Amino acid sequence: MIPMSPLDSDDILVGIRDLTVSFRVDRTTTFEAVKGISFDIPANSTVALVGESGSGKSVTALAILGLLPKENSKIGSGSRILYRDRNLLELTQGEMRKLRGCDISMIFQEPMSSLNPVFTVGFQLTEVLTEHAGLTNRLARARAVELLREVGIPEPEAKIDAYPFQLSGGQQQRVMIAMAIACEPKLLIADEPTTALDVTIQKQILDLIADLQKRRRMSVLFITHDLAVVGEIADHVIVMRDGEIREQGPVRQIFEAPRDSYTQALLLCRPQLARRPKRLPVIDDFLDRAPAAAQDVPQRSRGLRGDEQIVLEARHIGKSFWSREGLFGQREFKAVQDVSFKLAMGKTLGLVGESGSGKTTVGLTLMRLHDASSGEVLFDGKDLLSMSPREAMQYKRRIQIVFQNPYSSLNPRFTVGQILMEPMHIHRLGSGEQEHRDMAYALLEKVGLPGASFFKYPHEFSGGQRQRIAIARCLTMKPDVLICDESVSALDVSVQAQVLNLLQDLQDELGMSYIFISHDLAVVKYMADQVMVMNEGKIVEIADSDEIYLRPQHPYTKKLLSSIPRGWRGPGGNGDRL
Amino acid sequence: MIGTATIAAGPGHTESPGLWVLAWRRFRHDWIGLVSLYVTAFFLVLMAASAAGLIAGDWGKEVGVSHAPPGFMGPGATATQPAPRSAGSPDASRGQQKDDSGIADPLADVLVQIRAKAPPGSVDTDVADPLADVLAEIRGRSGSAAAAEARAPTLLFGGDKWGRDVLKKAIKGTETSMFVGLAAAVLAALLGTVFGALAGYYGRWVDDAFNWFYSVFTSIPYLLLILSIAAVLNQKGTVTVILILGLTGWTGIFRLIRAEYMKHKVREYVQAADAIGASNTRRIFVHILPNVSHVVLVQLSLHVVLFIKSEVILSFLGFGVGVDTVSWGSMLNEAQSELLLGNWWQLAAATAAMAVLVTAFGLLTDALRDALDPKLK
Repeated sequence: MIPMSPLDSDDILVGIRDLTVSFRVDRTTTFEAVKGISFDIPANSTVALVGESGSGKSVTALAILGLLPKENSKIGSGSRILYRDRNLLELTQGEMRKLRGCDISMIFQEPMSSLNPVFTVGFQLTEVLTEHAGLTNRLARARAVELLREVGIPEPEAKIDAYPFQLSGGQQQRVMIAMAIACEPKLLIADEPTTALDVTIQKQILDLIADLQKRRRMSVLFITHDLAVVGEIADHVIVMRDGEIREQGPVRQIFEAPRDSYTQALLLCRPQLARRPKRLPVIDDFLDRAPAAAQDVPQRSRGLRGDEQIVLEARHIGKSFWSREGLFGQREFKAVQDVSFKLAMGKTLGLVGESGSGKTTVGLTLMRLHDASSGEVLFDGKDLLSMSPREAMQYKRRIQIVFQNPYSSLNPRFTVGQILMEPMHIHRLGSGEQEHRDMAYALLEKVGLPGASFFKYPHEFSGGQRQRIAIARCLTMKPDVLICDESVSALDVSVQAQVLNLLQDLQDELGMSYIFISHDLAVVKYMADQVMVMNEGKIVEIADSDEIYLRPQHPYTKKLLSSIPRGWRGPGGNGDRL
Repeated sequence: MIGTATIAAGPGHTESPGLWVLAWRRFRHDWIGLVSLYVTAFFLVLMAASAAGLIAGDWGKEVGVSHAPPGFMGPGATATQPAPRSAGSPDASRGQQKDDSGIADPLADVLVQIRAKAPPGSVDTDVADPLADVLAEIRGRSGSAAAAEARAPTLLFGGDKWGRDVLKKAIKGTETSMFVGLAAAVLAALLGTVFGALAGYYGRWVDDAFNWFYSVFTSIPYLLLILSIAAVLNQKGTVTVILILGLTGWTGIFRLIRAEYMKHKVREYVQAADAIGASNTRRIFVHILPNVSHVVLVQLSLHVVLFIKSEVILSFLGFGVGVDTVSWGSMLNEAQSELLLGNWWQLAAATAAMAVLVTAFGLLTDALRDALDPKLK
């Protein structure tokens, strides 16, 4: 165990001592999610709990709130959670309930599913106030308007009667924050509060939380997987992995002089705007041996020369969705309007935009996964969109897609072998069963999976491994163009680096062209030669990737770039965040 | 199902557990489920053995005396039960004279009355049985067979009106009722799954068409629909009952499968199948169907129970299986009049068999659902 950072005991709001949490998996096996961790949350400060999925960070937060499921979880007997000289683990249900929402409150990742959709936000907000603060309805409503104003909801008097679906994702998260701070808590636990939000909204919410923390002099336990976000907001950082604390200390120490190899890995695995190494470092590089200094790594240059052969050209693609209105009326929603671009052979086109910008629709239209409303896609000089399904079949093989969610894009009832060999059957590639099997084994090796995977089912693999299987499935058809639709967004930072490296290796070897769709500007900057920025269904800017990051032209691009969390930027850099 | 499913196992690899293996592992820990599985399996074996003629093949043979009581009660246990007759003695309660050959004298009643009215001295001088000669001749001809067929006074679980063994009848009834239930459920599940898959997957006008069809079916009161189809088919028999139940019972399964398909068709794995060029048919039956098959299975076993009960009702009402076959329903129908005489064993046999099977099957369905859908537990 890493020694505790010395803190004055008067300043400590919550002290966690030897916390162990285990879950019962089935009759005989238990899984230890948190393995005896100790840390302090000082008063009036922000503590960030950082870790990848399965590190036990959310379980720790739920343990503090006493919200762990009673049926299958067990807190170790030596564990203590001290709050004002009381051990929270020994409180009764009733005492804990009084504490929750009042002294300690929490905001969750998904604002849409945390708010009750059938009640107005005003009703839900006043309910908290009448329950915990004992206000009358009239007073509670006035206070609710005040709170909404404080969290930055425009026109709070009008918005208080709105239903959750009438608000945007960012506004919903603001309402959640308003509910959490309604009773002036001493500790606010924020569990990945910005992960589901767009980067520009994330920036606003982070600023809001930092601002509220300062103004109300409360403590914030900020749980996230993203070190860059941590650098912007935290005073103290705790890095967790597999239920253990790897390193804890002031934010400056974590970012400038990380001692633990895992922390170092986390800091460098993520693609950064300033550098573009030929290969991203992965966790194993750090755990096995001392890594080379980041500056010494060979860098890759990106961009188009202008004389590349064009594989695919999109001309004025448009896609509208129609929703019924009234008895006979229809309303048009233009998801994509007038999108044109050229994809060079062996190069990567990055497609960046926030949710609802139409970037995924562009990808699906290119694949003919839904019908375009207008425009044409030229591939080999032929228009893909106007072909009959029979004609399109021979081209279908040559454009493939890797989806975002590796957990739902593989059929759970097929073994990996069946998944890989199905496209070969459909397109009659190779001859006979034996050749198919050999090809499948070769592809598994190529994407870095053991041959034994052939007989396994998708549920036996981790997210990163599943994404490798999905990539291998595309490779069976030897495509010319690979569309990666947020393909690494659902993955942990360390796994993300591995999959990005794999994609890059495959491009170098096979000369495929990529269309890389992502909301994550750093990842797109790392992967793409040319970047296309989309907003509200239109292309706002298209340029070489270095160009767009160094000299953005369009105001929307500038806004996007300025919203990227940049991690720790020194005491001065962090101070001006407000 | 899929061509690649037949891959020969390579050397040294361990087979990974698929959904069904995992479900079976969970199921094994559920002792209620296991017991109900054993009970259901026992009934299935009974059904198979009976259909193959191994047991209860001679259910129609009249082996006991009429309304023979169960063996454990002993002969003549109930007041209304006629005492076992010695050959030739008048049988007052049944009003007919029978002997071991089973040939009754139609005039026996009249003779008894006349003899009772006649003065004591004049017995067997005035009133002679005019049929006596004929009867003697008939009895003489069938004499050798009649002598061999000595009727048992009691049977293991009693006998019915004609002296048939109730236990064997119950086994034969199990065969009929269970076969009808299973076959009708398979038919209904097949229709419901195919219709639901097409409607849910294609949507638009296909969905509309199936929904209209569904609405028409469900707008008619259920029993009335069954009775009207029975009247239209106008042909009693096992196949008719299966058709009636199967053709009316697919609606619930249709709705469920349709909803499942609507949910699954937008999932990424189906889009991925589209991307690799899999045809619609392939996506419906190879990709999505295995992912909703647990719903079909649970619905199937639910409907088996439902249809067994429906068959019983139909047969009880006289719309069910023909007179030459026996089912639990027709047993219950006979039991109506028997119960007035206090002969409860046929009722008990049919009810017990049905109750045990239906309960076991119901519990099995519950356990199946839990094993297949662990998240909802």
